[in-house]
Amino acid sequence: MIGGLFIYNHKGEVLISRVYRDDIGRNAVDAFRVNVIHARQQVRSPVTNIARTSFFHVKRSNIWLAAVTKQNVNAAMVFEFLYKMCDVMAAYFGKISEENIKNNFVLIYELLDEILDFGYPQNSETGALKTFITQQGIKSQTKEEQSQITSQVTGQIGWRREGIKYRRNELFLDVLESVNLLMSPQGQVLSAHVSGRVVMKSYLSGMPECKFGMNDKIVIEKQGKGTADETSKSGKQSIAIDDCTFHQCVRLSKFDSERSISFIPPDGEFELMRYRTTKDIILPFRVIPLVREVGRTKLEVKVVIKSNFKPSLLAQKIEVRIPTPLNTSGVQVICMKGKAKYKASENAIVWKIKRMAGMKESQISAEIELLPTNDKKKWARPPISMNFEVPFAPSGLKVRYLKVFEPKLNYSDHDVIKWVQVPLPLPPHISVSSLLLCCLPFAPAPESRSGPSTLQVGLVE
Amino acid sequence: MTDSKYFTTTKKGEIFELKAELNSDKKEKKKEAVKKVIASMTVGKDVSALFPDVVNCMQTDNLELKKLVYLYLMNYAKSQPDMAIMAVNTFVKDCEDPNPLIRALAVRTMGCIRVDKITEYLCEPLRKCLKDEDPYVRKTAAVCVAKLHDINAQLVEDQGFLDTLKDLISDSNPMVVANAVAALSEIAESHPSSNLLDLNPQSINKLLTALNECTEWGQIFILDCLANYTPKDDREAQSICERVTPRLSHANSAVVLSAVKVLMKFMEMLSKDLDYYGTLLKKLAPPLVTLLSAEPELQYVALRNINLIVQKRPEILKHEMKVFFVKYNDPIYVKLEKLDIMIRLASQANIAQVLAELKEYATEVDVDFVRKAVRAIGRCAIKVEQSAERCVSTLLDLIQTKVNYVVQEAIVVIKDIFRKYPNKYESVIATLCENLDSLDEPEARAAMIWIVGEYAERIDNADELLESFLEGFHDESTQVQLQLLTGIVKLFLKKPTETQELVQQVLSLATQDSDNPDLRDRGYIYWRLLSTDPVAAKEVVLAEKPLISEETDLIEPTLLDELICYIGTLASVYHKPPSAFVEGGRGVVHKSLPPRTASSESAESPETAPAGAPPGEQPDVIPAQGDLLGDLLNLDLGPPVSGPPLTTSSVQMGAVDLLGGGLDSLIGGTNFVAPPTAAVPASLGAPISSGLSDLFDLTSGVGTLSGSYVAPKAVWLPAMKAKGLEISGTFTRQVGSISMDLQLTNKALQVMTDFAIQFNRNSFGLAPAAPLQVHAPLSPNQTVEISLPLSTVGSVMKMEPLNNLQVAVKNNIDVFYFSTLYPLHILFVEDGKMDRQMFLATWKDIPNENEAQFQIRDCPLNAEAASSKLQSSNIFTVAKRNVEGQDMLYQSLKLTNGIWVLAELRIQPGNPSCTVRAPAPTLRPWSLPLVLVEDAVQASLQAWLEPESVRSLKRTFLESFHIHPVRLPR
Repeated sequence: MIGGLFIYNHKGEVLISRVYRDDIGRNAVDAFRVNVIHARQQVRSPVTNIARTSFFHVKRSNIWLAAVTKQNVNAAMVFEFLYKMCDVMAAYFGKISEENIKNNFVLIYELLDEILDFGYPQNSETGALKTFITQQGIKSQTKEEQSQITSQVTGQIGWRREGIKYRRNELFLDVLESVNLLMSPQGQVLSAHVSGRVVMKSYLSGMPECKFGMNDKIVIEKQGKGTADETSKSGKQSIAIDDCTFHQCVRLSKFDSERSISFIPPDGEFELMRYRTTKDIILPFRVIPLVREVGRTKLEVKVVIKSNFKPSLLAQKIEVRIPTPLNTSGVQVICMKGKAKYKASENAIVWKIKRMAGMKESQISAEIELLPTNDKKKWARPPISMNFEVPFAPSGLKVRYLKVFEPKLNYSDHDVIKWVQVPLPLPPHISVSSLLLCCLPFAPAPESRSGPSTLQVGLVE
Repeated sequence: MTDSKYFTTTKKGEIFELKAELNSDKKEKKKEAVKKVIASMTVGKDVSALFPDVVNCMQTDNLELKKLVYLYLMNYAKSQPDMAIMAVNTFVKDCEDPNPLIRALAVRTMGCIRVDKITEYLCEPLRKCLKDEDPYVRKTAAVCVAKLHDINAQLVEDQGFLDTLKDLISDSNPMVVANAVAALSEIAESHPSSNLLDLNPQSINKLLTALNECTEWGQIFILDCLANYTPKDDREAQSICERVTPRLSHANSAVVLSAVKVLMKFMEMLSKDLDYYGTLLKKLAPPLVTLLSAEPELQYVALRNINLIVQKRPEILKHEMKVFFVKYNDPIYVKLEKLDIMIRLASQANIAQVLAELKEYATEVDVDFVRKAVRAIGRCAIKVEQSAERCVSTLLDLIQTKVNYVVQEAIVVIKDIFRKYPNKYESVIATLCENLDSLDEPEARAAMIWIVGEYAERIDNADELLESFLEGFHDESTQVQLQLLTGIVKLFLKKPTETQELVQQVLSLATQDSDNPDLRDRGYIYWRLLSTDPVAAKEVVLAEKPLISEETDLIEPTLLDELICYIGTLASVYHKPPSAFVEGGRGVVHKSLPPRTASSESAESPETAPAGAPPGEQPDVIPAQGDLLGDLLNLDLGPPVSGPPLTTSSVQMGAVDLLGGGLDSLIGGTNFVAPPTAAVPASLGAPISSGLSDLFDLTSGVGTLSGSYVAPKAVWLPAMKAKGLEISGTFTRQVGSISMDLQLTNKALQVMTDFAIQFNRNSFGLAPAAPLQVHAPLSPNQTVEISLPLSTVGSVMKMEPLNNLQVAVKNNIDVFYFSTLYPLHILFVEDGKMDRQMFLATWKDIPNENEAQFQIRDCPLNAEAASSKLQSSNIFTVAKRNVEGQDMLYQSLKLTNGIWVLAELRIQPGNPSCTVRAPAPTLRPWSLPLVLVEDAVQASLQAWLEPESVRSLKRTFLESFHIHPVRLPR
């Protein structure tokens, strides 16, 4: 198991050092600093073995977190734990920075004592931790409160404490999707997939039972068996989900057997599920880049975007990012719509359009002046990326229902104000938005390329 | 409330000041001071001098302060054991506190203080806490048992904590169950033989129930534990799989990977005809793909594991090639791993896409990545025949870029393509030759020379090209030198008229001016071949080469199976068994996949077992790079194998050919001598020419010399783990002296010298009585046998298990560590016969707890024979009597450190049994596990010259002979 956990600043100075196992000595702290933090080359692996000791590290801004062990530990668990540790710290004191860590080092030691025992991760849900790791002492608690805390920390529903009360029961649901595209230089889509997240913010009293339903093909087909008519109708409406993962509050065995998503949510914001789809993706935009090299010191770039959805719908906050070479000396831009600017610090032209209706087209052209260079270092040619909000989910996902029932306090659906940000065929769904980012290859000289190139995305918020 | 100020105090009189503050009356000031102490401790300053002052602050109701003091205690208690005892009272008191959080805190902290005196006091509170009404305390106490076991295993056993821990597996609280499982799994790892985690269908059922309810971490503990279970049949395996599959949808990647591990392991037991088998295969793919959208570090762990899974069961991910395409913003370690998997998944169906991708990658920025991409293109050509032409043209395009490292890498892979498709792409040779001057890496130079030599007849100026390399012969690396030698000999055999001078030159350079024995030997062989029988030379040097395999870097099948059992863990990240990177005996239990149950079909279809050559099928592998014997047959320069070497069977085949084929006459005709004596075991120094069968007759006498039973040699240090040095050995005791009989084999490519050996402190103070004497340097593929005399005067430390011996062996390459168990009977001294009277008195004195009884297996001996056999192992018969037709033998033995062990042997025809008693008082500081005595008695009674051991001697001899069959006179 984990033998020790160290936190360093960017210089390699130790901010936190907690040793759990006898086989890890103080020299381990220095070994990591010398061999990894101060190493000349780029990090080649997140797991490093130095003198039969294994170091796992993750970096958050300037801060290094390293877990150390001499045993054959579950490596995936160690990394999951390190991420969790970051989440817990962020939940307690915000951004993970040297200053915040120094300011809260006593708290961090207290947390480390609680969430890692002899190197075994223990309950690390912030909801539960915050009930008894408060930095305020726990003298005042009554016996009932104490046993409530312990039963929650060790209980089946470790992520939620009992006795939460809200005057107004509210529930927010956001569906965030990002589209990953693989395109040939001819603009043909070779493959595309959507990775989506369902993020929930719950402000509900008591221990509410929730049930979430979406237009999952398997479920719809199961239900639709009775009437053939409905099957054909709902067939179009449903989506095939390749795979999904759930927050630990979701009852997995129930999902496995009935494919229903039921859970008692943690209090506050959490990610209920992630999913991936590859079939029948609606691409809201097409991006057509044209790049021409004019001599060795000039590039001409033209990018056309076409909106590919119903004219009655409106896309908002569109932002197209066109990367420029590192030796760019100046850029001149002309665009038909919106505003475009060359941002030298980001090596990109950023083109923003406030609104765009469906089935429209817009274009930007730019002349990029290059400095003559004999710098051997090649430009990595990042992809063009695009960011926007549209009133539908590219995967076709729809929320069918979101039921809430609290048996003790006896409130249900109708007493909860639900804010669902993706169309829902039920009444109180207000606005719709989906954050989507689409990426296309950026090829400086498309005519010289023969094969496809992959490109991708990270979710930008 | 900023605490960062505590980090800034670096004044000189700091310790003194802190001392004053710690003793202050004001609570706030005290707390401030403790915080400063902890901050200093964190940055690595020694604040142990403040120990008493800090401990004084422990008695407080301020929980925050208490936790800080505890933190300090955990760090420094070991250095101040006497003062640490001051804290005991508070701990014991806290364990009774009405607040469960405080009780748990006390028991948690106490377990972290590794001071014997404190440990003694820990037992009672721990016992209470294990049965505490509050689950929070119980779950903490469960982990505390593992802590205590780490400090003092014996104590945990004696106090019966293990049983309590086992009971906790049935606890009503899921987290208590999870922690108990974690603690038991860890304890069980250090006692591989014990049946601690008594897994049976009932307990498995409990675990599966808890799995649905506990935290994500608890689920990992339980799944990892489940993976160690072997279901009794395929139906049980299936029902467990069914209950584990829902975990594949968990957001925590570690839960997913551990579930994958259980499924991959249990799948072995399922018949492929089952519908369920197919369903399971389908269910595995999506979660594995989903892991690739996790954070990069986890992606890396996942990819390393997918690499294993793809080798074991390629069908799972065969349609998912696209998800492994490299993303622009992937960290380099993710990119390199994805590339590996892409090559493994490449097939005729997707090759076009893969190639297009690889071509893109070859123009990337990172040098390592580009090299690997170029190599991958070559692999594709070899793997998918239809694509070979496109691959070659892609490689040529890349050579045109003139980027130095791309060109070199391309040449190395083109050489492999030539091997796979001879006489097909020679048209490109001209292009390659153009780049001759830009090659500066040995591998690329060697590859180029190989190509020139191989196709010498089609290259007009081959002699000029090779000659140009010859100028700087001595500055070249061995790889290039060897290749140049072979290349020129090939050229000579093809164009003998023009190149006589050149071949003379290279032979004299190799044999006379070189210090490298490999090069010299090869030079001599060629020379002799050429001068004796040029026809035979042609047959040997220009022989048709075996095909090379489609796959490279495959993990050896048994290792792969072991690694599958370690999915998700570090072993699967390193692609090494845990014993390769974990110290000591922990976690080194060898795991293997469960055998398929009877109901399943007999043979695996080749599609499902492509990893590693299926038995019986001709292994057309690429031999490990530069293997000496392979080299002679011109098999060398297989593409570099970065992973562990593949099976060497093809190389051995080569060796046999060399002896049995056209060389017969050569051996008869020339004056070959036997291998140098250093390689021949001293006892086997008989003339080799007299024929092998004679030798066996000779050797069969060796074991009988005198002394006690000698176990056959076992491999202690496999070559894989010791950079090519393989050590096997056994222990003997002959006329009062103990020795360790070692056999060192050099399986590396370089000569090994400067051997030395050292033992770690051990239970009986075994130490080498003389330095390790290896007289001559150990050449590649040479074996040497050494008998190392041992003494028992070294320093003593109790080992776990008691007869564990940790050994370090050094040579010019590195230091290697291994551990081995020695049989106890080598420690039985000659004066171990106890006086009759004393025997009687002592026997009665020994309490019953110190007694062990066991049955002797398969012993057809009568009392006389048994007695004499035991005596030769220094187990002496003190008295003998006959009770109701049964012979009773009273035996005694004495260990080198003066411990006596007494035994009663009841010889009932067909059913002998033995009662062993070891006197308690003399056994301090630790008790002697009687199991070891049992093993010793068993071994001594079983005939020591069983056919088994003779066979092993023969084998050893044969191997040592085979390894260096030819050696030319200087």
